[in-house]
Amino acid sequence: MKAEYNLSPDLFNVASREDRNAEKIHRPSIKYWPDVWRRLKMNHLAMTGLILIIFFSIMAFVGTEINGFKYFEQNYDLINVHPNGVHWFGTDELGRDLFTRVWYGTRYSLFIGIMAALIDFLIGVLYGGIAGITTRRVDSVMMRIAEVIYSIPYLLVVILISVVFTQAGQGSSLFILIFAMTLTSWVPMAILVRGQVLQLKESEYALASESIGGTKNWILRKHIIPNTLGPILVNVTLSIPRAIFAEATLSFIGLGIQAPKSSLGALANDGLAGLPVGNAYQILIPAIFISLVMFAFNVLGDGFRDALDPRLRK
Amino acid sequence: MKKYLLKRILMAVVTIWAVITITFILMHSVPGNPFRTESKMPKVVYENLQKKYGLDKPLSEQYFIYLGKIVRGDFGDSMKSRVETVNQMITRGFPVSGVIGIEALLIALCFGPALGAVAALNQNRWPDYLSMIIAILGISVPSFIMGTVFIQFLARNIGWLPIGGWGEFRHSVLPSFALAFLPMAQIARLMRSSMLEVLNQDYIKTAKSKGITKATVVLKHAVRNAILPVVSILGTVASNLLVGSFVIEKIFGIPGLGMFFIMSIGNRDYPLIMGTTIFYAIILVSLLLMVDIAYMLIDPRIKLVKEGR
Amino acid sequence: MENVLEVKDLKISFKTFFGEVEAVRGISFKVGKEETIAIVGESGCGKSVTASGIMQLLPMPPAFFKGGEIIFNGENLLNKKEKEMQAIRGNKISMVFQDPMTSLNPTMKIGKQIVEGLVKHHKMSAEDAHKKAIEMLELVAVPQPGKRINQYPHEFSGGMRQRVMIALAMVCNPQLLIADEPTTALDVTVQAQILELMKKLQEQLEMSIILITHDLGIVADMSDRVIVMYAGQIVETGLTEEIFASPKHPYTRKLLASVPRLDMNKDEPLYSIDGTPPDLYIPPKGCSFYDRCTEAMKICKDHVPDLNEHNDTHLSRCWLNHPMAQKVYSMDGGEK
Repeated sequence: MKAEYNLSPDLFNVASREDRNAEKIHRPSIKYWPDVWRRLKMNHLAMTGLILIIFFSIMAFVGTEINGFKYFEQNYDLINVHPNGVHWFGTDELGRDLFTRVWYGTRYSLFIGIMAALIDFLIGVLYGGIAGITTRRVDSVMMRIAEVIYSIPYLLVVILISVVFTQAGQGSSLFILIFAMTLTSWVPMAILVRGQVLQLKESEYALASESIGGTKNWILRKHIIPNTLGPILVNVTLSIPRAIFAEATLSFIGLGIQAPKSSLGALANDGLAGLPVGNAYQILIPAIFISLVMFAFNVLGDGFRDALDPRLRK
Repeated sequence: MKKYLLKRILMAVVTIWAVITITFILMHSVPGNPFRTESKMPKVVYENLQKKYGLDKPLSEQYFIYLGKIVRGDFGDSMKSRVETVNQMITRGFPVSGVIGIEALLIALCFGPALGAVAALNQNRWPDYLSMIIAILGISVPSFIMGTVFIQFLARNIGWLPIGGWGEFRHSVLPSFALAFLPMAQIARLMRSSMLEVLNQDYIKTAKSKGITKATVVLKHAVRNAILPVVSILGTVASNLLVGSFVIEKIFGIPGLGMFFIMSIGNRDYPLIMGTTIFYAIILVSLLLMVDIAYMLIDPRIKLVKEGR
Repeated sequence: MENVLEVKDLKISFKTFFGEVEAVRGISFKVGKEETIAIVGESGCGKSVTASGIMQLLPMPPAFFKGGEIIFNGENLLNKKEKEMQAIRGNKISMVFQDPMTSLNPTMKIGKQIVEGLVKHHKMSAEDAHKKAIEMLELVAVPQPGKRINQYPHEFSGGMRQRVMIALAMVCNPQLLIADEPTTALDVTVQAQILELMKKLQEQLEMSIILITHDLGIVADMSDRVIVMYAGQIVETGLTEEIFASPKHPYTRKLLASVPRLDMNKDEPLYSIDGTPPDLYIPPKGCSFYDRCTEAMKICKDHVPDLNEHNDTHLSRCWLNHPMAQKVYSMDGGEK
């Protein structure tokens, strides 16, 4: 392929060094956390989840005040009323306004879910962190114990504990519920944290940092913690719906929160009686709420996981 | 490998023992006495009952007696039922639960991997989105809600599907499907991510370079490898099925073990609670062990018995 | 000599989130019967994309053929439907991949993997296929073939696995074998064995080979002709002796200079080329080697060099070879 233009001899002089740039970098480098956030934003499903969570959280406190009824107000003249202009979600068998009760229940479900996840997190991080940092011997003993604890069927234990500490016919206290739920579920978090700590203990970061003079403390802060934060965040986010599910199941078999307090699961259980007599709304509405809350946390957790996965970088 | 197997069996036994012990401790730490909750009864009757259930002996002795009984397969007498022993109730209820459990498992194993594979093969196109939405719903909507929805919208409108009860095959259809949703969803999601990873592997490229059809590549090379992680979560799946069954049985009014369990909780019938709990634990632990063994058998990279070279 | 393969002005690009990446920017070459062509270049120069492109094994989104032709046995492969390509892959054109540890299906017996293509293309019975598999293992010198045919990949060492790969690729007697860095992942001693094996098979089966590598030692040993690629383009091509004896492109010269030699002074620093290849999102306007070329002239920046034909076989693209270029003093003494 011969060029058709005229070439001046001058062009054949040596090019100056400054004109060439052997190390030219064309794209801006990307920082870690802002990039994670950017990728999360691109995930529409996860964003929907986030918005739902924010909405539900706000409404959990605001929603009970909106239409003026109290969650425990009973009105025997207005039992089992289908949703209408006054009682937007209808009333239950004791005449209580379901709209208010549902938001009240959301408050408790969210609280239990988040509390359980938080406690799992704290115990898990503590236990796992210690196991990771300590000697091999202590570590393997700790892991053995954790294994046995974890292999005990979770929900069975929860049910048993609830059974023991409550009176028949009533529900469990909040404290008992949360205690029962976190008894065995902290183990995956502990294993995760321990794995990360071990990995980073030996890894290049520590080595490299120490070689340029970083102290162990600084290494912990600047390297180990940011790298562990990601998977931990995913785990915590995903353990919330697990806890909410557990609580809902418990309520459904009568071990949930004490009346007149309520959670979404308890409301669903109450509403079950309405099913055969044509009051399906009594169970369907809390059921939808539970599903939405769990859905929201699940997609958000998924979103975090995808956003943090380096292989999915676009 | 044999060493690993022995270790697993040992762990299983230890776990069951732990459950028995914990159950025992819990049941006997209930504040007050099980009989006190009943209406006042004559002292003589009370003492007789104490004797009958061995509650007058020291706690540690009761423990070993109980342990002994369990090992022999005797779960004792129910406190509330005058006619049946715990063993009889378990024998009555378990087959029913078993049928639903197996049906649900089959549904999950048929549709789960298929859904996941379809999603992976059509990544980011509509079959993927659809499958994954179904899967997310499956893990977000608790089974009792699924059951309720089925009853409300399907059973009421389709004559052949009953709202509840037990007796014929059609009684098991809705409950199994409601129960199967969660495991199916979990399997589908895992299958999808597993397939995606496998499809990026070098050996898939090798397979394609041989000029075999896409279907063969997918089935013989991709799926075969992608299904391995799915086998390993079957343990969790089994566990979920078990727990989900109580709730489903309650909604559909099915006389299975779950129903007895819930009933016993409501009645505070302690021997029954203990018996069913321990029974469940044994089933679960055995299933987990079987899944482990199955995995070892399926993956050619792990061999149970070392072959000579 | 008729040409088994003729690539004309091939252009392959990738659609990505940030834009189009031009991985292969117009390359042309021929492969004759029983010839071995080596394609050399550093990582990212487009040689692997070319190899996979010939077989059409690239993921088609995001990759796409932007232009050019791939003529095999007189037909343009780019016009072929998928089913037609399947009949060619593994049958007339085969490929051997780089990493033997990951290129075989871990859950399938290797005997089955070897004859999978054979069964499909030549409709063999299971019995005959089994026999053929053993034959192939013997051919590639895997000991105890009758026994090993029922084993799984993880029971083989790296070198053995690569032999299995070769057996797999040869089983249908292809006309053209594309070997993408077949020995890069292997020990040096095993490397030699594998190359020997390939040479032997080539003779026996009258096969052409396209050998992709970054190792010039292998090139010297195995190939008849060499193609030097940089940033998606061919910068020089010629007979192996010509390229080694009188490289005409600065990049080729630098490549040759960076091969460590036994007679080097121990204290001499290892020569390496400064910098990194250009980002192909924004392909360079002129010569793609401009930024790293120590002999660059002003014209090189904005004008793509003309093709220089030094003789029938030796071609290059460099302004230095243009009649108007002054003889620029080059740091490494050029001629080897």
